[in-house]
Amino acid sequence: MSKMAATRDGYGEALLELADNPKVVVLEADLGKSTKSLHFRKAHPERTVSCGIGEQNMLLVGAGLAASGYIPFASTFAIFTERAFEQMRNGVARPNLAVHVCGSHGGTHTGTDGSSAQSIEDLAIYRTLPNVIVMHPSDVISTKILTMQLAASGSPSYTRTARNKTPVLYEGRESEIHIGKGITLREGSDVAIVACGVMVSQSLEAAEALAAEGINATVVDMHTLKPLDGELIDRLVATCGAIVTAEDHSVIGGLGGAVAEHLTANTFAPLERVGVQDRFGESGQADEMLDVMKISAPFIADAAKRAIARKG
Amino acid sequence: MTTTDELRELARKCRVHIVNMVHRAQAGHPGGSLSEIDLLAALYKTTLRVRPDEPNWEDRDRFILSKGHASPGMYAILAEMGFISVDDLASYRVLGGVCQGHVDMKWCPGVDFSAGSLGMGLSFGMGSAIAGRLAASERQVYVMLGDGEIQEGSVWEAAMAAAHHELGNLNVILDRNRIQNDDFCEVQMRMFDIPAKWKAFGWNVKEIDGHNMEEVVDGLNFLKTTNDGPSILIAHTVKGHGVSFMADNPAFHGAAPNDEQYAQAMAELGEVVA
Repeated sequence: MSKMAATRDGYGEALLELADNPKVVVLEADLGKSTKSLHFRKAHPERTVSCGIGEQNMLLVGAGLAASGYIPFASTFAIFTERAFEQMRNGVARPNLAVHVCGSHGGTHTGTDGSSAQSIEDLAIYRTLPNVIVMHPSDVISTKILTMQLAASGSPSYTRTARNKTPVLYEGRESEIHIGKGITLREGSDVAIVACGVMVSQSLEAAEALAAEGINATVVDMHTLKPLDGELIDRLVATCGAIVTAEDHSVIGGLGGAVAEHLTANTFAPLERVGVQDRFGESGQADEMLDVMKISAPFIADAAKRAIARKG
Repeated sequence: MTTTDELRELARKCRVHIVNMVHRAQAGHPGGSLSEIDLLAALYKTTLRVRPDEPNWEDRDRFILSKGHASPGMYAILAEMGFISVDDLASYRVLGGVCQGHVDMKWCPGVDFSAGSLGMGLSFGMGSAIAGRLAASERQVYVMLGDGEIQEGSVWEAAMAAAHHELGNLNVILDRNRIQNDDFCEVQMRMFDIPAKWKAFGWNVKEIDGHNMEEVVDGLNFLKTTNDGPSILIAHTVKGHGVSFMADNPAFHGAAPNDEQYAQAMAELGEVVA
């Protein structure tokens, strides 16, 4: 069993590392214990702003700080960032102010809190906003590295982290992690599985199962949904000829949507999208939810076979 | 030192600009621009620490027009102060113009906040005020809200948070003109005792007649010198003030005068139209 850790802890560690920059300010909406900004608060209370349970206000406090030269990181649950969507649209993205929003507890993998807490549309809605970087890292290390890179990006951003632990994938591979660049974790020529977040490790599991059946799959960690690494997608089309996307998110508008948009405008390849099928979740353990939503490793493997069967 | 007579004349010139802009564009928001303009004229001339030749001066006071549809008023005072030229006013609502329909920091020098959606400016102002505190700066932040605007719930998130953080450098001017888009505020959504609400949220509160220049100057001084927490100046105004047929008339919240009305407005404002 590989080492396990939650991506939200990577966010917390990144904030602490960034604290040397006096311009970094952390904003909280009463969920710092959950999103892991609490470590920054303990170390730097003077640069931590409690916004109470008020997400709309929090995002625009961030905009005001960014407009005055500060680098604000604001976090709450992914689902609660959504109530401030218009603030994100009009107050952050439109004037292109580098407010960094982190939505933790994203996806059905969030588990027993149930459907109200399981954001399955966050990646889709933020992806529609000009200027905004959208990310969903897969492990604790990449979350930390990517969050730290945001500070120098100069762009507003939305990053989804997960509540529950997932396998650590990037120990010793920190230098391979860059905003906007997908990472190839496994190479095969029959099909390419492009995944984000908790579904990356599920995709690696699926690839193992496929290999046992003689099917060689490439697995890509597409931690950045926007800007999408289109060059990498084009290479996958050329080498594999069939694509599967895998995400703990609605099949509408997320990673699958982004890849579909790219394919329709470029080189075509059959695409199978594994994700939440236009429905809400329910209470259940994280691993149970992936099965209930039909997005765990076996479903990815099935989708891979379907994609291969559709090759011309 | 600017006299109140000079401020009144400045506000009159701005009113002429406002009516000109809205008439030329045949669109826009004259009512709330005319109600706020005495306050803006006094604010810019007597209070704000800003540099028209260096609009992005880091340590400037911030002015945030949260009721961003009342942009003709702000463009008028920005032109009179020299941030933009009077000729720029002709670009109001015109493709490529610095004077976008709602004030926009990416388009117009001197604009600190991209407005257009109500209920957002106070939160942005709170962030600006925290930035000033972190920078150990003397700078003050002034946010103008409309009275209808405070029906937005997020305003009260910000009001609560600003008092919690004791942001003495954060100031609100409330343009209490009693009219919103569709009708009088009392018809659309009764707001009961507005001063009591802000007091209950932990704010310092002062009420003035927003068209009495002596009271306006006095009120702005109250904002500037009251720094033990956030402060609000509730300015009782008349929507469309200065143009008889626009005054207290919900129809001119967001409508332009026709040519005949324009001529009458100009005459009432003491301008001779060629």
